[in-house]
Amino acid sequence: MSGKTLYDKIWDAHLVHEAEDGTCLLYIDRHLVHEVTSPQAFEGLRMTQRTVRAPDKTIAVPDHNVPTTTDRANGIENEESRIQVEALDRNARDFGIHYYPVSDVRQGIVHIVGPEQGWTLPGMTVVCGDSHTATHGAFGALAHGIGTSEVEHVLATQTLIQKKSKNMKVEITGRLAPGVTAKDITLSVIGHTGTAGGTGYVIEYCGEAIRALSMEGRMTVCNMAIEGGARAGLIAPDETTFAYVMGRPHAPKGAQWEAALAWWKTLRSDDDAHWDKVVTLRGEDIAPVVTWGTSPEDVLPITAAVPAPGDFAGGKVEAAKRSLDYMGLTPGTPLADVPIDTVFIGSCTNGRIEDLRAAAAILRGKKIKDGLRAMVVPGSGLVRAQAEEEGLAQVFIDAGFEWRMAGCSMCLAMNPDQLSPGERCAATSNRNFEGRQGKGGRTHLMSPAMAAAAAITGKLTDVRDLMRQQ
Amino acid sequence: MDKFTTLTGIAAPLPQINVDTDMIIPKQFLKTIQRSGLGRNLFDEMRYDNDGNEVLDFVLNRPAYREAQILVAGDNFGCGSSREHAPWALLDFGIRCVIAPSFADIFYNNCFKNGILPIALPQDQVDLVMRDAQRGANARQTVDLENQTITLSDGTAIPFEVDGFRRHCLMNGLDDIGLTLEKAPAIDAFERQAGQSRPWV
Ligand code: SF4
Repeated sequence: MSGKTLYDKIWDAHLVHEAEDGTCLLYIDRHLVHEVTSPQAFEGLRMTQRTVRAPDKTIAVPDHNVPTTTDRANGIENEESRIQVEALDRNARDFGIHYYPVSDVRQGIVHIVGPEQGWTLPGMTVVCGDSHTATHGAFGALAHGIGTSEVEHVLATQTLIQKKSKNMKVEITGRLAPGVTAKDITLSVIGHTGTAGGTGYVIEYCGEAIRALSMEGRMTVCNMAIEGGARAGLIAPDETTFAYVMGRPHAPKGAQWEAALAWWKTLRSDDDAHWDKVVTLRGEDIAPVVTWGTSPEDVLPITAAVPAPGDFAGGKVEAAKRSLDYMGLTPGTPLADVPIDTVFIGSCTNGRIEDLRAAAAILRGKKIKDGLRAMVVPGSGLVRAQAEEEGLAQVFIDAGFEWRMAGCSMCLAMNPDQLSPGERCAATSNRNFEGRQGKGGRTHLMSPAMAAAAAITGKLTDVRDLMRQQ
Repeated sequence: MDKFTTLTGIAAPLPQINVDTDMIIPKQFLKTIQRSGLGRNLFDEMRYDNDGNEVLDFVLNRPAYREAQILVAGDNFGCGSSREHAPWALLDFGIRCVIAPSFADIFYNNCFKNGILPIALPQDQVDLVMRDAQRGANARQTVDLENQTITLSDGTAIPFEVDGFRRHCLMNGLDDIGLTLEKAPAIDAFERQAGQSRPWV
């Protein structure tokens, strides 16, 4: 019998019941909740007179709808958004779950707040009514998104009905070159496997280049596992993980820390574990990349040119035609010649302190291109505070960026932060779908350093060119 | 989900075919953050005029039927959009059972998820039920899910068919969550064991 993968181990440790047809009941250690996908679930509990089974394991924070302007203490203007946030306020209070309201400095994007507060720990099962729950896999936790009826199911039972996925290994060997980041890894993997490449799998990312990443970088990689089609992405915990977790408000302390650590150290795939699919990329081969189309798999090195539909095969030919038309791009144009209107630095993919440091390092002492709109939306109030303390906020402000309050903001444009039709944006978020950042808006995904470089030149830019000048 | 065993109540006649989910709950009411509260807007466009006043001869506005718990309707009830808001609105109004010659598939499934019993009967039997319902508030009908019969106000019993598993779930008030809650002892045991092996969670 072959050994177990990390996914197998976490799965087995949370199995409550397995039916003959393979349907499993899985115990959920942490349930994260935000305002958009939860109202009907709480309403369902009320109607059936059920309670939240484990309020202590349930954490709520509003993020999708909240304004990110500094005057937001005055309330939310859009009525539907306001009602959703107020509903979460009330539900959190009524059901006694942990809550970080808009006014709390710890408020932020749910996937940034969870790890920051030590709610997310290695070996856990973590769910949220949000597809980017995969982020938490960076800790060696099994983490994925669920629908509203499942949110209600977890609230009521602290379990989820699941069938097991297959195991996929994505190995990034060697080292990254200067100017290449976690975002370039995760985009390159999706560019390589396609958005359906991970369908039916849970991905474990491994290899020297992954091990060398900080926790922030690992979260960026796992965050986009969903864009690669996978149910979840995870990375085995190691000293980097333990150092990040230690001392966080909800991390174990004292003897419990020691006990936890002992178990966490066993959380790695056995050498003889069976993999259903393996993908290997060389770290040295990864360049700073951008997306050119309207699917996260439309990834190219910044040194490349806009492709032509004929470069593709099958259904992708039509898709590429449509993408290029929507994006307003002409095949053959060097990507580094594409002018942009807007820069958005933020989201659960790249809204952490390390991301802001990377962007500020490029921007220090520089100005953004005249006429450009540029904003930084820190992933949480604590990230914002730390960036202010480190002087990063001033770097952004001096360069001409708007310095915003925490939230999802222009990642999905549910609040007033939106692109107008035709507006072209260099974004550090995770989805470049049509209309994602506003109707008719054009999104190019990239790393924070690349977004900062684009802000300076006013076009898509190879950050390495600017680094050479520095 | 509330259990459904037997139901004795007033049946409202709606002798109309192809009642679609847009009629049951128009799209402007889908922005809600709740499942409950939709009863007020059940059949909104048929029930209220442009000024928001009640249309007096719409069946649910008539004094005899304001407390109806059973709805008797024509062929192909619940067609159109898949919105679960339709059964939510019926339930919120107080309707627990819909009787018709046939139902749209998605609506039919959605009913069971929400504790509503949809009963499909041959047209001539629906006609019997409809005529009884038209007699007003004194015409109370009894729907007995265990014995699978509808008893009209004059004592006439009409048998009906329903899938065994769905009947079991409805009679025991079991939705997915209800089914999982049947495994509560296993969840309790898991929590006890995990509380010892991973007390920090
Ligand atoms: S930042 Fe974007 S991707 Fe992340 S949770 Fe918010 S909306 Fe979703």
